[in-house]
Amino acid sequence: MPVDSPSPVAGADWSDALLHVVSGKGGTGKTTVAAALALALASEGRRVMVMEVEGRQGLAQLFDTPPLPYDERKLSVAPGGGEVWGLAVDPEEALLEYLEMFYNLRRAGSVLRRMGAVDFATTIAPGLRDVLLTGKAIELVRRKDKGSANPYDAVVLDAPPTGRITRFLNVNTEIAGLAKVGPIRSQADSVMAVLRSERTAVHLTTLLEEMPVQETADGVAELRDAALPVGGIVVNMTRPPMLDAQSLALAATSGLPRTRIADGVAAAGLGGARSKAGKAITDALLAEASDHAARVALESTERKQIAQLGTPVYELPFLAGGMDVASLFELSRLLREQGMA
Amino acid sequence: MTTMAEKTDSVDAAGTLLDLKAPLLDLDDVIDDLNTRIIVCCGAGGVGKTTTAAALALRAAEHGRNVCVLTIDPARRLAQAMGLTELDNTPRPVVGVEGDGSLHAMMLDMKRTFDEVVESHSDPERAQAILDNPFYQALSSSFAGTQEYMAMEKLGQLRAEADTDGTWDLIVVDTPPSRSALDFLDAPERLGTFLDGRFIRVLTAPARGAGRGIGRLLGAGFGLFAGVLTKILGAQLLADLGAFVAAVDTMFGGFRERAEQTYALLADPGTAFVVVASPERDALREASYFVERLEDDKMPLAGLVLNRVMSVRAPELSAEEAMVAADHLTESGEHLDAAALLTLHADRMRTRTSQQRLAMRFTAAHPLVPAAQVPALAEDVHDLEGLRTVATLLTQPPSPPLSS
Repeated sequence: MPVDSPSPVAGADWSDALLHVVSGKGGTGKTTVAAALALALASEGRRVMVMEVEGRQGLAQLFDTPPLPYDERKLSVAPGGGEVWGLAVDPEEALLEYLEMFYNLRRAGSVLRRMGAVDFATTIAPGLRDVLLTGKAIELVRRKDKGSANPYDAVVLDAPPTGRITRFLNVNTEIAGLAKVGPIRSQADSVMAVLRSERTAVHLTTLLEEMPVQETADGVAELRDAALPVGGIVVNMTRPPMLDAQSLALAATSGLPRTRIADGVAAAGLGGARSKAGKAITDALLAEASDHAARVALESTERKQIAQLGTPVYELPFLAGGMDVASLFELSRLLREQGMA
Repeated sequence: MTTMAEKTDSVDAAGTLLDLKAPLLDLDDVIDDLNTRIIVCCGAGGVGKTTTAAALALRAAEHGRNVCVLTIDPARRLAQAMGLTELDNTPRPVVGVEGDGSLHAMMLDMKRTFDEVVESHSDPERAQAILDNPFYQALSSSFAGTQEYMAMEKLGQLRAEADTDGTWDLIVVDTPPSRSALDFLDAPERLGTFLDGRFIRVLTAPARGAGRGIGRLLGAGFGLFAGVLTKILGAQLLADLGAFVAAVDTMFGGFRERAEQTYALLADPGTAFVVVASPERDALREASYFVERLEDDKMPLAGLVLNRVMSVRAPELSAEEAMVAADHLTESGEHLDAAALLTLHADRMRTRTSQQRLAMRFTAAHPLVPAAQVPALAEDVHDLEGLRTVATLLTQPPSPPLSS
């Protein structure tokens, strides 16, 4: 094995998990993290499914493929011969599939549709949508137990945002409360059994900003209250400080030596220390430095908050060039290096 | 410090933002126009939608309007900034608003709103039966999607109150953070399909005490259908569900009627939709979706608010020039502190260029949609003063274009 090869998945932080649920506040890049995690998990020849449930076709855009149908499609190969597969779940199709799987009733689908029941199940009562989506994720996870012909070594679920994640994962508990006995009850119970076990890890993505960090802390508390297994925190789009500690401290109090900076601007040929242009650039640089220092100070406070949540933390950098397939591979390598997969 | 000085400060804080090549969205025009009765803020999660709604509401109040702001799920600090300490579904006066206007703020309590709908549209006995039904309890408190409907229900109620007793002349609403935030536009049609469909009759049949007889009357598909439902749901569950649907049957009718009224209210020129985004790919893609959806439904779109824009103080110094200058200083081994600041400036300019490119994709596709922009602030809003600063930034014209 080459020296720089990532450590085997068996040694990773979540090696017991088959289902990786990735949630996060909107705008924190949870689809990107889900895709990068799937790639990371797929190395060493493993076969990984990444599934999206919000109809946004975020995976197709990330992997630069045509929109995904409700059908399992290979999205990418991973280093070491692994494969990442993708699935965009359509609630209506999931319902019909569910009927077929559990009741052998696919034929009845057209009747149900005519009656307006499919509409009812997937739109008027949108909670049922969550039942179908979680049910589908668990079906993918269980293929391996059942010795199915096309099993997955891990399933990554690009889940609804943090504000909704506990309700989403807990929807089967609600169902269990409604149906005291019968097939629905046993299905709901068995879905919850997987979701509450160490075979599931619910990871949360955040940014180093007040609101997403607060929401992450609230999300962790809610998941723990609901006895759902909290996974890691992925701090996304971090930027390294651009100034050294001493300059940051000075910039934070507007204490950078103006005369010296002005001389530097002059030496760089951007305008003499007394010229209008030189003064303007010096003022601008000082103001930008103090903006930056305020930002870095806030980030350090937020980092401390995250560290207190008592679960592993991973960091991914902001990629100035935007996201493409190459940057997904880069992020997946970073996740592996940090032991997330 | 005087108010004037503060204003100057915040103007200065903006720096130079993006060149959007779009008409300017003048939000002061929107809030000062007495014909504007409703402002709806929509957009992806995490783009500062709730803050935008609260800032607009505060500014409108301080411009003399009587405003109620309905927020869905405000961050704790923002709620505290407006003096909201609990989620009690009642508009509470916000203390500290300057001028002759007034500001009330409330957080939506989804379950309570649903309960109120039930109570006001059924007799007490039936209302109690609905409130006790396990299906109702699950639907009203835990299921996704209910929030969107209830936000619109509450908007309708607030507007009705405003019309009868004139408490408010402007309502600002924040929408739930998902693409389904616009699901309420489909609500009348969906409820219609459902209510006019046979499904509801099937569900209510057992509760009406009719047995298989009705099934035969309803036609051939019915026996199979009822059988399927019984098999899937189990007889007990089906009976519970039937009882629930029967109990809310009449209420659903009223629900549809109100959904239609709210739809008409939203389509009225007195409403202004503000789509909120940040200069990121996903947020702008969602903004495009919202804009197109609103245009399809002929809803009155005021424009786009672009939050979290990177502001630079010396846009005339390009990233390349700044890097050349920084390298020159680094090589000379002197003025390393100035070199570091130039490198920082280059980094900010590169971020600005990438934001500009993303924003232009949106404005090129929607050249007629007016836009306003707000610079990224180091901290979130903690108090009314913070909201005021955001409002000032939201409504101030951008710096004049560069002469060079």
